[in-house]
Amino acid sequence: MSAVENAAPLAPPRAPSALAAVKRHPLAAVAALVLAAIVVAAVFAPWVGTVDPTALAPARRLAAASAEHWLGTDHLGRDVWSRMVYGARVSVTVGVAVAVLSIVVGLFVGLFTGFIRWLDPIVMRIMDGLMAIPGILLAIALVSVSGASMVTVIFAITVPEVPRVVRLVRSVVLSVREEPYVEAAVSVGTPLPLILWRHVVPNCVPPLIVQATYITASAMLTEAILSFLGAGTPPIIPSWGNMVAEARLLFQIAPWNLLFPGIALAVTILAVNVLGDALRDRLDPKLAKRVGR
Amino acid sequence: MTRLTPTRRGFMAGTAAAAGAAALPLGAARAQAPSGVLRVIPHASLTILDPVATTGYIVRNHGYLIYDTLFAMDENLEVQPQMASGVEISDDGLTYRISLRDGLAWHDGTAVDAEDCALSLIRWGQVDGMGRRLFTYVDSCTHDGASTIVLTLNRPYGLVLQSIGKLSTNVPFMMPKRFSAKPTTERLSAEEMVGSGPFRFVADEFRPGARVVYERNPDYVPRDEPASNAAGGKVVHLEGVEWINFPDPNTQLNALATGEVDYWEQVPADLAPIVATMPGVNVENFNPLGNVGMARFNSLVGASANPGVRRAIARALNQQDLLLAAVGSMEFGQECFSVFPCGTTFANDAGSDFIREPDLEDARRILAESGYDGERFVVLATTDIPVQTNYIQVIVDTMRRIGINVDAQAMDWATVLQRRTSRAPVDEGGWNMFVTWWEGADLLDPVVQFAMSAGGDEAWIGWATDPTIEDMRTQFAEAGSMEEQLELAAKIQERFFEQNFHAVLGQFFTPTGFRDNVSGILQAPPFFWNIRKA
Amino acid sequence: MPFLIIQRLLSTIPVLLVVAVVVFLMLRVSGDPAAILAGDTATSEQIEAVRVALGLDRPVWEQFLGWIVQVLRGDLGESLFTGLPVTTLIGQRIEPTAMLALTTIVFSVLVAVPLGVLAAWRANTWVDRAVMVFAVLGFSVPVFVLGYFLMYAFSISLRWLPVQGYTSPFVDFGAFLRQIILPTLTLSCIYIALIARITRASVMEVLNEDYIRTARAKGQIERIVLFRHALKNAAVPIVTVIGLGVALLIGGVVVTESVFNIPGLGRLVVDAITRRDYPIIQGLILFFAFIYVMLNLMIDLTYAALDPRIRY
Repeated sequence: MSAVENAAPLAPPRAPSALAAVKRHPLAAVAALVLAAIVVAAVFAPWVGTVDPTALAPARRLAAASAEHWLGTDHLGRDVWSRMVYGARVSVTVGVAVAVLSIVVGLFVGLFTGFIRWLDPIVMRIMDGLMAIPGILLAIALVSVSGASMVTVIFAITVPEVPRVVRLVRSVVLSVREEPYVEAAVSVGTPLPLILWRHVVPNCVPPLIVQATYITASAMLTEAILSFLGAGTPPIIPSWGNMVAEARLLFQIAPWNLLFPGIALAVTILAVNVLGDALRDRLDPKLAKRVGR
Repeated sequence: MTRLTPTRRGFMAGTAAAAGAAALPLGAARAQAPSGVLRVIPHASLTILDPVATTGYIVRNHGYLIYDTLFAMDENLEVQPQMASGVEISDDGLTYRISLRDGLAWHDGTAVDAEDCALSLIRWGQVDGMGRRLFTYVDSCTHDGASTIVLTLNRPYGLVLQSIGKLSTNVPFMMPKRFSAKPTTERLSAEEMVGSGPFRFVADEFRPGARVVYERNPDYVPRDEPASNAAGGKVVHLEGVEWINFPDPNTQLNALATGEVDYWEQVPADLAPIVATMPGVNVENFNPLGNVGMARFNSLVGASANPGVRRAIARALNQQDLLLAAVGSMEFGQECFSVFPCGTTFANDAGSDFIREPDLEDARRILAESGYDGERFVVLATTDIPVQTNYIQVIVDTMRRIGINVDAQAMDWATVLQRRTSRAPVDEGGWNMFVTWWEGADLLDPVVQFAMSAGGDEAWIGWATDPTIEDMRTQFAEAGSMEEQLELAAKIQERFFEQNFHAVLGQFFTPTGFRDNVSGILQAPPFFWNIRKA
Repeated sequence: MPFLIIQRLLSTIPVLLVVAVVVFLMLRVSGDPAAILAGDTATSEQIEAVRVALGLDRPVWEQFLGWIVQVLRGDLGESLFTGLPVTTLIGQRIEPTAMLALTTIVFSVLVAVPLGVLAAWRANTWVDRAVMVFAVLGFSVPVFVLGYFLMYAFSISLRWLPVQGYTSPFVDFGAFLRQIILPTLTLSCIYIALIARITRASVMEVLNEDYIRTARAKGQIERIVLFRHALKNAAVPIVTVIGLGVALLIGGVVVTESVFNIPGLGRLVVDAITRRDYPIIQGLILFFAFIYVMLNLMIDLTYAALDPRIRY
């Protein structure tokens, strides 16, 4: 799109006191707390009252909550609480991995595309092509043909995200490229990687951080949708997405199977999005217009 | 069930009487006005239409709507004439002369002729497991005049009529010769769906994956016997049948609840109790043979080529756990320690002691004695078919517990179907196990049961090779008496449980849900004649 | 302008070519559907025979060239399973998807733009916060969960609306409306969130511009200021988002069509993927990409009309 360019180089944000930040964004503070709690639970999963999340006991299937099974059991007799806690690991990993991967790949491609003129049209046509394929369809097809594993799922969700990051980075590069200090650096023969590293990357960081939070949220959502369509993480690995997808059939018999992971998923995504909004307001108020979110 | 290895005269007498009856004026039932269109949720979507080209159960059910068969199986699993009026078998048992009853017509209005039927048998006989076996005995399959099909054998074979009266997939359906003369690799298209069955395919309305429409064939002449399974009079009381594909089981449930559909072919067992309590809806099992789950081993490569490893796994599997996981409650599951569906003629307990009481300790011992060295054991783990997915999770869990190094590779069913054709070692994309199920109707005896074949290349995927079993299957096919057949079936099972080319995972049932205004549902595979909708 | 249109049209060719190559190669990563077609009892020779009959044994580049030549003639090939031409299948399924997309876009814009303007107008008040929280929520709930919830509430408990299905508005408009309401609500949620946010941001920015201040100072009625001046100038980014959102919409359509049993293109392609019906997958993804590219081309061209500052 054309109304995309013009990222002014940012002045470094002043470091505000934590208290001031909380006052300005009370919602974001809550979101950060929620996320911190989830990450802690995920990291310390074996020590928060869990049992082996893959341990089967078909004879005890669909039991209601009890002292032994805090949130009841699922259709194979597995402990729902344990699966939820371990599922946090998977869901958070998928979200973060997709974000990191797509940012890293997108940054790399975007930087070079923006500076190497003959490369630009080729890469951008490829990116346009990838963007023109509906992301969900691309992901389902990738998972279907290459087998369901966490790695495939992460890869499949990352591919459609990359072009958007490339576009974002490229737009920053294009605007920075014409800046006098960059032109000066080029004219004195500073090697390209150094220019990129010193002058361009710092300008890309704030919008990318914001973008990363949105990608994290949407990746977690996409993972759930892939599970719904039968192309998510393998059923033996608990993820919130596949728990919700598996439990939807049993909604009227054992609603806890759907509700708990569903709420966990929604709350986490909500928290990530709220945090993203707060970051955007702080780091890059114009981002909303540029990437359409 | 009694196998129809005749007392040939008795059979002849019966068919002669039937033939006479069929020539009478149209039965009373036909005079009644058909009412309404039955809206059905089928168990899968119909894409391939040619019932010879594939074995899918959905294609078989579609075939039963629009095609007719020469012979058909009744509720007692006895073969009865359907399009045939009778059969004359020569004294040496080498010549079968099958005569067609009068008034049979294709949907395009032309008369059914014996050449059409002979060619239909030949086309089917190139593909179907039991058909291929039959045709090794057949010298020629031709016609004599317009209404007699002549089958000449090179040596006597006991299962001729059982083969062409086969209940389940691939069913030898009859089609006009312009289609039955086609090579089997050329699949029939929507425009080519011309049969002589009680319903007609409405090609214009065909929306693959979404909707299939059948209308009553007003020119169909049903037999006069009462309908019984695939046999008897196929009297249609409906104006038509509409298959509507639902991708989501929750929506299926809700649509039946609100009466947006009339008939839900396979209610997931977990939802059956909910369906049962919904006002205006019933749930009932119409397929007493049920389905039998199987964990099929690759007998060619890796750890699964070792009979000791296969036996250890079979020893460890707990059918009750498996069934609970697969179908949710024992109301729809039944432990069955025979290679034949429990409750049918050849079900027996020969050699089955070692799987009756699963024992992990003993399984570990067998595994140790087998010389298993911790080699990677690749399971093709289906992710998109819940019954299979749940079975696999229990199987993998059990195998790990006895010390097998399981590599459960998650993939969708389409990939499983592809991957399982590989005979390569596991490090080159090969596999050791996949899980599936067969309908009981496909497992009734050792010959019809393709899963029992052990002829290497000719066998079911997994390529079981065991001349002993193959010899006994041939003996069974040629056996003269029921006693002999029963004895052979037990021996085959005993031998099979030494080899364990697959492990049996119990028998399960798929109930059907239907609205109160629907009545007259016959035993499965789902048939749509005889059903009334008020 | 005509020169511009031609130039832009030509520039879509390499994009579509990229799509074609990516999709074609991706599908060849795993095996072909010969084994599925041949059925459960097929021997290896039978499977190979199917493969040869379908031309799946030929080298990939040869298959690709054959396909591209076909596509250039406007022929997307035939389904490996039903034998029906892919163009026919698209023709059978396009109406429900197009109608659902249309009702969703119309409904979303009608709801989201006023919400966004409202939030901008009352920026940093509780009204604004409420709108924005709703917008974030829209991004946070999986589409299918929302669909189930709506179905449970309106079809099962209240019995107001049918659970599923699709009727063409040209056949029975009443039935069409009843059946399309829930899917539209479900699918609109994320879209409303998206458009409301972008509207708010754009309008807020415009509200600070001089000419709006002038208009206000001249005593124009607030409503007119907002909708005539502010919204008109904020239209460019809003239209952009609607264009970009089409890709998102197609993703949502796949799920919504499954939940509400709408026989549209989304399900056609998902079913084809699970069966590896190559020609349908290739043809449909190319078709979706074509729609996406054309739509964005049209949007680019409308920029010129909406915003005289933009020149190509």
